[in-house]
Amino acid sequence: MSRFSDPRWSEALAHLPDYLGNHVRVSVTALALGLLVSLPLAVLSRNRPVMRGALLGLASIVQTVPGLALLALFYPLLLALAELSLAWFGFGFSAFGFLPAVLALALYSMLPVLRNTITGLQGVDPAILEAAQGVGMTPRQSLFMVELPLALPVMMAGIRTAAVWVIGTATLSTPIGQTSLGNYIFAGLQTQNWVFVLFGCLAAAVLALAVDQLLALIEIGLRERSRLRVAVGGIGIAVLVAATLVPSMMRLQSSYIVGAKTFAEQYVLSALIAQRLRAAGLSASSREGLGSNVIFDALASDDIDVYVDYSGTLWANQFHHGDIKPREELLGELKATLARQKITLFGELGFENAYALVMPRKRAGELGIHSIADLASHAGPMSMAADYEFFSRPEWAGLQKAYGLTFRTQRQMQPDFMYAAVASGEVDVIAGYTSDGLIAKYDLVVLDDPKHAIPPYDAIVLLAPKRADDQALRAALSPLLGKIDIAAMREANLRAAGGDGAASPDAVARGLWEKIAKR
Amino acid sequence: MTAAPPPIAFAHVGKSFDGGRGAKPVLAVNDVSLDVAEGELLAIVGGSGSGKTTLLRLANRLIEADSGRITIEGADVRTVDAVQLRRRIGYVFQSGGLFPHMSVADNIGITPKLLGMPAAEILSRVDELLDLVRLDRAQHRNRLPHELSGGQRQRVGVARALAARPKIVLMDEPFGALDPLTRDALGDDYRALHKKLGLTTVMITHDMTEAILLADRVAVMRAGRLLAQGTPAELSNSGDPYVHELLRTPRRQAERLNVLLPRGGPA
Repeated sequence: MSRFSDPRWSEALAHLPDYLGNHVRVSVTALALGLLVSLPLAVLSRNRPVMRGALLGLASIVQTVPGLALLALFYPLLLALAELSLAWFGFGFSAFGFLPAVLALALYSMLPVLRNTITGLQGVDPAILEAAQGVGMTPRQSLFMVELPLALPVMMAGIRTAAVWVIGTATLSTPIGQTSLGNYIFAGLQTQNWVFVLFGCLAAAVLALAVDQLLALIEIGLRERSRLRVAVGGIGIAVLVAATLVPSMMRLQSSYIVGAKTFAEQYVLSALIAQRLRAAGLSASSREGLGSNVIFDALASDDIDVYVDYSGTLWANQFHHGDIKPREELLGELKATLARQKITLFGELGFENAYALVMPRKRAGELGIHSIADLASHAGPMSMAADYEFFSRPEWAGLQKAYGLTFRTQRQMQPDFMYAAVASGEVDVIAGYTSDGLIAKYDLVVLDDPKHAIPPYDAIVLLAPKRADDQALRAALSPLLGKIDIAAMREANLRAAGGDGAASPDAVARGLWEKIAKR
Repeated sequence: MTAAPPPIAFAHVGKSFDGGRGAKPVLAVNDVSLDVAEGELLAIVGGSGSGKTTLLRLANRLIEADSGRITIEGADVRTVDAVQLRRRIGYVFQSGGLFPHMSVADNIGITPKLLGMPAAEILSRVDELLDLVRLDRAQHRNRLPHELSGGQRQRVGVARALAARPKIVLMDEPFGALDPLTRDALGDDYRALHKKLGLTTVMITHDMTEAILLADRVAVMRAGRLLAQGTPAELSNSGDPYVHELLRTPRRQAERLNVLLPRGGPA
């Protein structure tokens, strides 16, 4: 069997029109906006050294901010702006997806354009500038007839650099809700689907190269006064943009959007929900790989319609409660809090995905560790690993306080890798997730939490404010409530993360439904 | 007074440049008064730093004077729009100053285009000018400046300066970078054009021999001051030692040439 007959290739291909279209649209818009801002600024600053220095400095600083962080920063910023605008002018706008991605990417594109335009304009021979003045050109005519045409090759080189950067960085706009080729990469990394990761990287690289070559054609055409080349390059770009606009025109605007965070279980659950909606005759699409800070706000502002969160996460992270309450009480209070934001807590799926301290069963037995309290006396020389957010979450502070835990080292890891790390003895303890199938696979043990320092993490379905009274949605989703037990979810997660060729989130979700539908 | 005002007149003109941080300002042009008569070809001779190029640029306001008064055809240059002024004065730049991204035809037609001349008219004007500066129309029209020889470039530069039918032409060391033969041919050709078109020309040069051979009158500058002006014959009566020094070279060249190339030879 050839590697290319792997069903994941055809699945990846099926997503291409949507992902590529969105990717091109956000990149082209960002690049156009970047040019629209940078070019006049560069022209204005060419004879103003102070302004020039300030602009280039600012653009360089923006460039040093990691792309992911820059994109993520724009989301809360725009959210605040949207609220202000709603309060002051009576209209809001969606701070989700397209807009923050475009703004951040446009900002990112500015440095090469500014730098090359300024360099290009400064590189024009002063004798030529004087000649332009001498034959009777106004400063404006000199700029458009002489300086810009002469600076064009250098400017185009900058525009090409910017285009490649923007297309590459646009893959990072997935977590703020903009569909892009990054969807392949984020989904692939979370579900160990290397075909997807590879496909996403290749698609982004091919797109960047294609755009770069079309721009190169325009550049050469401009330099050699070849209208044909300029026309071919221009038409190529236009065709690319047009081709990606067509699928979006055909997309149904009324469809339900199901959100998913950036881990395998979420991909499976969003696929399950989308399947149930389609089975009920509703159109549904997924918005996957959203950051956990982004997804709740996106639901609250009606940018997505439904997603699955966890009670303890909302309790501690979203509403900043320091105390921990018994399960039922916490759910009740959460429901009331959410209702104040017009968000519906539709119900529990039936399992918990809690943080838990996890270690190899054998080692725990040898040391006589059954609970976190037992662990505390052994923790001093031990090392611990957790995902990127755990150590800054209130649960960790709560655990430390309750049990007096201190480890020799704390490491942050990609969640998929930490189970293997603890199984191989690379680290001694990890903060795992109770619904993760890898716990069974690696023969690990979940330590008890006798002091209830970690809150309950019931998986709960949340509905956006605008869907509060949507009976069709409720009818389609109610068969899921209370049906998914921890064993079923663990098994599904194990399959989804297993790197098995047939185990796309969609396929896993179908299997999960078959199992629970009969209950 | 019934006589028409001179095409170009400098009266007590001064210009100084900021000498950079902390340095004293440099007096580039120091109290210069000079009239250029209609139909005259005046050469301004001086070494580098003598202020001759600055003086030329003051005339079409590429540089603004600090003091004194400059008039073009009787009007103070400060009272006319600088851009309009430049469009009616031809200017030939050192080593051409052609726009590298424009064809020969576009370079020559630039000032008419700026003046709003219809495209068809510009085309025929360009051909006329190519004939005038003795460049083959078909062969040169669509070339880019870098495809031309130095002499051809300078011919295009002259054609461009003449495109909008100016009465006055300013030339900044126009033939300085050319080889002697090309330089000689171009000088003669320009002299003929100057006569034929009834131009008033001011030409900057550092070469006294060239000035004497081409110009009706020669003005000598040094360190921003005008030392002497007049026909070559008048100059040789000047009491100024620097002027004498400048005249010695062409004289010695002439004497040696007379000895080395006896009359009656085949050339």
